[in-house]
Amino acid sequence: MTRLPVKKTYKLFVGGEFPRSESGRTYEAEGQNVARASRKDVRDAVKAARAAQPKWAGATAYNRGQVLYRLAEMVEARAGEFAELSTGREEVERAIDRGSSNPVAGPYFNFTVPEPTGVVAVLAPEEPPLLGLVSRLIPPVVGGNSVVAVASETRPLAAIELAEAVATSDVPGGVINILTGYRRELGPVLASHMDVNALDLAGADGDSPELERLAAENVKRVVHGRADVQSPWEIASFLELKTVWHPIGQ
Amino acid sequence: MTELDKKQIGVPVPADWAYARLQERYGHFVGGDWLEPAETYTTISPATEEPLAEVGQATPEEVDRAVAAARAAFENGWSGLAASERAKYLFRIARILQERAREFAVLESLNGGKPIKESRDVDLPLAAAHFFYYAGWADKLEYAFPNRRPHPIGVAGQIIPWNFPLLMLAWKIAPALAAGNTVVLKPAETTPLTALLFADVLRQAELPAGVVNLLTGDGRTGAALVEHPGVDKIAFTGSTEVGKAIQRQLAGSGKRLTLELGGKAANIVFDDAALDQAVEGIVNGIYFNQGHVCCAGSRLFVQESIYEPLVEKLRRRLETLRVGDPLDKNTDVGAINSAQQLAKIRELVASGEEEGAQIYQPPCRLPEKGYWFVPTVFTEVAQSYRIAQEEIFGPVLSVLTFRTPEEALEKANNTPYGLSAGVWTEKGSRILWMAQRLRAGVVWANTFNRFDPTSPFGGYKESGFGREGGLHGLEPYLRFDE
Repeated sequence: MTRLPVKKTYKLFVGGEFPRSESGRTYEAEGQNVARASRKDVRDAVKAARAAQPKWAGATAYNRGQVLYRLAEMVEARAGEFAELSTGREEVERAIDRGSSNPVAGPYFNFTVPEPTGVVAVLAPEEPPLLGLVSRLIPPVVGGNSVVAVASETRPLAAIELAEAVATSDVPGGVINILTGYRRELGPVLASHMDVNALDLAGADGDSPELERLAAENVKRVVHGRADVQSPWEIASFLELKTVWHPIGQ
Repeated sequence: MTELDKKQIGVPVPADWAYARLQERYGHFVGGDWLEPAETYTTISPATEEPLAEVGQATPEEVDRAVAAARAAFENGWSGLAASERAKYLFRIARILQERAREFAVLESLNGGKPIKESRDVDLPLAAAHFFYYAGWADKLEYAFPNRRPHPIGVAGQIIPWNFPLLMLAWKIAPALAAGNTVVLKPAETTPLTALLFADVLRQAELPAGVVNLLTGDGRTGAALVEHPGVDKIAFTGSTEVGKAIQRQLAGSGKRLTLELGGKAANIVFDDAALDQAVEGIVNGIYFNQGHVCCAGSRLFVQESIYEPLVEKLRRRLETLRVGDPLDKNTDVGAINSAQQLAKIRELVASGEEEGAQIYQPPCRLPEKGYWFVPTVFTEVAQSYRIAQEEIFGPVLSVLTFRTPEEALEKANNTPYGLSAGVWTEKGSRILWMAQRLRAGVVWANTFNRFDPTSPFGGYKESGFGREGGLHGLEPYLRFDE
C-alpha cells in the first residue's frame, strides 16, 4: 500500500510569515487550492515591505550579497527545477554602481551615489512561473528595495515554493512578500497604493495603460520588465541617484 | 533720509533695454524657418506689465509640423552624422551663447523678472557650460556606456518652466542633441523670448534645419506635444500637478518620460554650524530668483538651542535685500514672474497667517506697477500648515525647529517631495549621516543652490524621475541594445 502524502496548503507570504488571505478566499490552480489575496492583503504586504525596507537598505551591499547567496543555497537545496536560480546574481551590485564623483567647476567635492527607490510592486509574468518571478523580484531586492510581488495567476505554486526558500534563508521578513490571486484584482490596488514607489508591469498584459494611469498619482517609477532579461542594468530601474555637494576650504 | 530711503535709491538704471533687440512679433521656429503663427498672445515684462512682443500660441497643426520637421531631420542625417560633428555644433552653440551672453541676460531679466545679476552670473554661464559639457560627450557615448551599444531615441518633446528659461532649455537640448536626437521644445507661456532668441544662435551655428524646433504657447501646446504620436520621448520640468497629468496622459503609449517636478526642500541648521555662512545659505536658498526655484530651501529647520540668534541674524540680513527693478545690477530680489504666480503666493501666505504662523517682512517699498512680493519669513510654523507642506514657489520661508538629528530627519523627510535638502554643521560625520538618510536627489552640505553640468540633478518620490546633468543626464536620451 502506497503512503498517502501530506497535502500542502499554499498560502501567502507576507512579512516573513505565511498567512491565509484575510478574506478566506482561495482559487484552484495547478490542481491545488491557492490563497486568493484581497486588497487588504495587498495593503498588509505593502506595510510589511515598508517596515522592512530601511534596515535592508541600510545593510552593506556585501551583506546583502551574502544574504542573497544564502537564498540561492536554499533554493538549490529545495528542488531541481530551482537550479537555474543559483547563477550568482548577487554579485551584480557592484557592477551596476552608477555612482560617480563629479568634476564640478568650483571648490566643491561632489559625488553621486545610487540608493534604493523604496517599496517596489511586481506583477510577475505568467510564464515561466518561477524564472519570471525571480528575474523581476531579485533586481529590486539586490538594490536594497523591498518587494511585493504578485505571482503567476495560473501557475502560482512555484512562487510559494520560492517563498518557503526565502523564509528559510536570511532575507529579513518583509523584504520579499509574495501574493497569489487574481492580478486583475490586485494590480490596480498596487498601482494606486500611495506607499509604493515603483511598479514592474512585467505580467500586466493588456492592463498596462490603466495601471500606468493609476501609478501617476504618486509619480511611481514604472518598469515594463521582461521575464527573459537578466542584466545588471535591470537593477538601475529601481535605484535613485543622490548627489551630495560640500565646499572645499581650509 | 531714512534707512529705507537710502536703500531704495540705487544706481539709476538705463531706461531703455534696447540691448535686448526685441522684435514686435515672433513666429514658431520650425524646420529652420519661421512659421507664421495661426494664433498669438502678448508676452509682457512682469516688472512693469509692459507688453514686449506678440508670440505664437501653437496649435495642434503647428505642433504636427514641428514634429514632422524634427522627424525628417532625425531620419535625414542628424542621427547618422559623425558624432564628432554633432559635438562641433554643440561647441559652436556654447561659444555663441558666451559671446551673446549680455543680450540674453538682459532679455531673460526683462521677460522673466529675475535680477540681472543672476541671469548674468548664473543662468547664462551655466547654460553655455551645459552645451560645452555635453558637446564633450557626443562622440564618447561608447565610452560613457561601455558594452551597452547606445543609440539615439528619435524625436524628443521637451517642455520647460519659466523660472530658468534659457538654462532649462540648455538642460534639455544639450543632452538630447549630444545623444543624436532631434528636438521640439516648448518654453513656458510667460517666458518665451530667450528661447526665440536662441533660434538665432542656431542660425549662427548653422545647425541643420529641423534638429531643434521651438514652439511657443501655453499648456494646450504642451498637451498637444505630449500627445503627438511622432514624439518618442517627453522631458518635462514643472509642477508636480502637471507632471502627474503628463504621466497619466502617456500611460500605455510606450513613450519614454522624465519628470523634474516640485519640491519643498528642508534646509537643516545644527547648533554647531557657522551661523553667518548658514544665514547666507538660507537667504540664497529661498530668495534666489524670488524663490521661483523647485529646489528652493523653503523649509528651514533650526536646532532649538540656536533658534533665537539665528532668526535674529536672518531678519537683519533680510533688511538688506534690495527688491526692485530686475535690470538694476544691485537688485537682489526681482519681480514675481506673473500675476497668476503672485496670486498663488498671496493665497498661501494668507493661509499661513490664518493658521497661526508669525509673519515677518522687512520694510520695503515696492514699485507701483508690476508683480512684487516682499521677502517673507514665517516663524511659529507647525508641520501641518500649508506653508510647511505645499510648494509656494515664491520668496517665502517657513521656520521650524528640532532637537535631535533624528527629529530633523523625520520632519525633513515628511513630505511627498524629494528634490533637494541642505545641511549645515561643522561635524563631518554628521553631514554624511544626514546625507545618507535624507530622501532627496540633491543634498547641499554647508552650501545651497549650487549647480553644475557635471552634477546630476533630479528628484525622489513626487519630485519626479530621471536625472539631468552628468553622464546620468544622457541616459534618458539613449536606448541600449543589451
